[in-house]
Amino acid sequence: MNCACVYRKYPMNDMPAILVLAPLLGAFFAGLAAWIQKQLSYYIALAALAVSCFAAVSVLGDVITAGAVQYRMAGWAPPMGIALRIDLLNAMVLVLICAIAFVNLVASVKSVAQEIPDRAPSFYVMYLLFVVGLLGVTATGDLFNLYVLIEITSLSSYTLIALGDRDRGHLAALNYIFIGVVGASFYLLGVGYLYITTGSLNMADVAGILKGIQGSSAVLTAFILCILGVWIKMAFFPLHVWLPNAYAFAPVGFARVVAPLMTKVMVYVMIRLMVTVFGLEYIFETLHLADAVVWLAVIAILAGAFMALSQTDLKKMLAYIIVCEIGYMVGGAWLGNDPGMTGAILHILNDGLMTFALFLAVGNIIYMRKQVAFSHLSGLFAAMPWTMAGFVLAGLSIIGVPPLCGFFSKWYLVLGAFEAGAYHFAAALIISSLVCAVLFFKVFEICFFPPAAHAPGPHAPGSPLSAHAIHAAGHGSSEAESVAKANSGAGANFGAGDHPPAGKMAEAPVSMLAPLGLVSAAIIAAGVYAGTIVNTIILPFLQ
Amino acid sequence: MSDILPLIVAKYNFWLYIILMMIGLYAMIAKNNLMKKLVGMNIFQTAIILFYVSIGYKHGATLPIIQGGHGGHSAHDAVIHAADYINPLPHVLMLTAIVVSVATFGVAMALCVRIYQRYQTLEEDELRMRVSEIPHE
Repeated sequence: MNCACVYRKYPMNDMPAILVLAPLLGAFFAGLAAWIQKQLSYYIALAALAVSCFAAVSVLGDVITAGAVQYRMAGWAPPMGIALRIDLLNAMVLVLICAIAFVNLVASVKSVAQEIPDRAPSFYVMYLLFVVGLLGVTATGDLFNLYVLIEITSLSSYTLIALGDRDRGHLAALNYIFIGVVGASFYLLGVGYLYITTGSLNMADVAGILKGIQGSSAVLTAFILCILGVWIKMAFFPLHVWLPNAYAFAPVGFARVVAPLMTKVMVYVMIRLMVTVFGLEYIFETLHLADAVVWLAVIAILAGAFMALSQTDLKKMLAYIIVCEIGYMVGGAWLGNDPGMTGAILHILNDGLMTFALFLAVGNIIYMRKQVAFSHLSGLFAAMPWTMAGFVLAGLSIIGVPPLCGFFSKWYLVLGAFEAGAYHFAAALIISSLVCAVLFFKVFEICFFPPAAHAPGPHAPGSPLSAHAIHAAGHGSSEAESVAKANSGAGANFGAGDHPPAGKMAEAPVSMLAPLGLVSAAIIAAGVYAGTIVNTIILPFLQ
Repeated sequence: MSDILPLIVAKYNFWLYIILMMIGLYAMIAKNNLMKKLVGMNIFQTAIILFYVSIGYKHGATLPIIQGGHGGHSAHDAVIHAADYINPLPHVLMLTAIVVSVATFGVAMALCVRIYQRYQTLEEDELRMRVSEIPHE
């Protein structure tokens, strides 16, 4: 599995380096430009991310046509020097990161101006550094470099989260620091043990040396420490406690990019460590941890889903859905067969898109209504039909309705579960899909009805609503789908203006709606072309 | 039992770093004051730095600077044994790790300052009480 691909020693161009360095230089200049004019830092950030997007797409094209790329930083050859190593898997993740970061920047400029007008330049600088960290984590071929870049990502996200909610943002960020530092330190310790046993830090080199010493207990220690560290960073269930508060209290412009990307990139790191560094034979044949981890994933999925069910705030609910989705990906990767791994990798892409769309919609709602507690959501279909259309689409995709992308990764995960005989994992997937259906239809229902005139207002997302939603979801997905279509259709009708007075429609500005539309289209496209993605990117990678 | 003692003595650096790490972790979990938690976090990170520094050490070795190697012509003749020099790579790595831990500590302290300005306390139980008093808008 490791190295059937041909390495070209010298890539045609410097695209891999430009990809990572453009936002880094952008951050520097955006900081400087803020002294001249505050608005400049936004345009510099936009330009830097546009360059990265272009580089990512060109690297992806390059990798698909001609195989993995290795870029030597400053020309030093890999075991000694540090290399960027981009193959099909991380080329795909790089494009995802760049695209989401760029689109979110366009969508969030108004949110940033509304929420943190005095700190906008610092926001853009830290935002760029965050993206640098993510891109570096994804592109690097060096284990220690990975640690440093994880910490760059984490440090910038601590500061950005602290920019959010004025009462609770700092505490949420500080909690995240305590737990994040432990995670990163475990990973660093694991790398230390790997270095003791192999004397190298380059991933491919370490992988080659590890093949000869698989029985070593130091390698086992290294593996457990690395994986544990990454699990803390990705909020795998018992280690997730930092995530809901951190994401719920972050400024919207940052929550929208950290929620889809941070955890997904950490899942990528886990898959990279499993596939490239330690090797799947070592994990599934020498160690006997896979069954236990799949059980953990089952618990994570169910716990995430049920904790989401008890939330009364849309942001918190989505944060717990992320915890649940992390369970999907970890479980899929640890099933130990190709469909499971395919599902996990495809879900990195799909879940990134779906979560992004949901948070874009949430950001739009916050922009118009200031908050997203369930008690403030009534009448949204009438007021914000386009935002809600995107929200419904992404919600249906999370539930796993067939033409949308969420269905296909779940399909591969279920196939993998059956092939591995892990029926409990398949059951957890299906139960969590049902719970997600309940969750989203509960939200749709609250949003669908206009605020009742006689109700006490901000205190009544009552139980009759949710009971009704459970009933609706119980009828199975086909009917649920038609209900949703009716819902969004009705919303569009209201939007057209025949039922409520025209003054009632209060939709977000176009610069926030267009990104949502784009991502919704991407969700459909990723569903329609799921087969192509699997055949050109994921299966060749796993070969 | 008699096997364990030599094991501890031979790998005393490992035991020391684990003890330090656990002290740090204990402070992070058990202390009520946020500053004490931060100090615990710093001890935790320093333990790992010490671990890395200790693995580069070799008995009877010296600094990795080639002796008598002025201008390169005499170094050309001298045979260089890796065993004579300590391994500098883990130490260099730790320079970066120290920078990371200083940066983390700085960000965390800045957050503590902000929290203190907002709530006039750094004791966690009092903070929890005051946060719960904030009305949900």
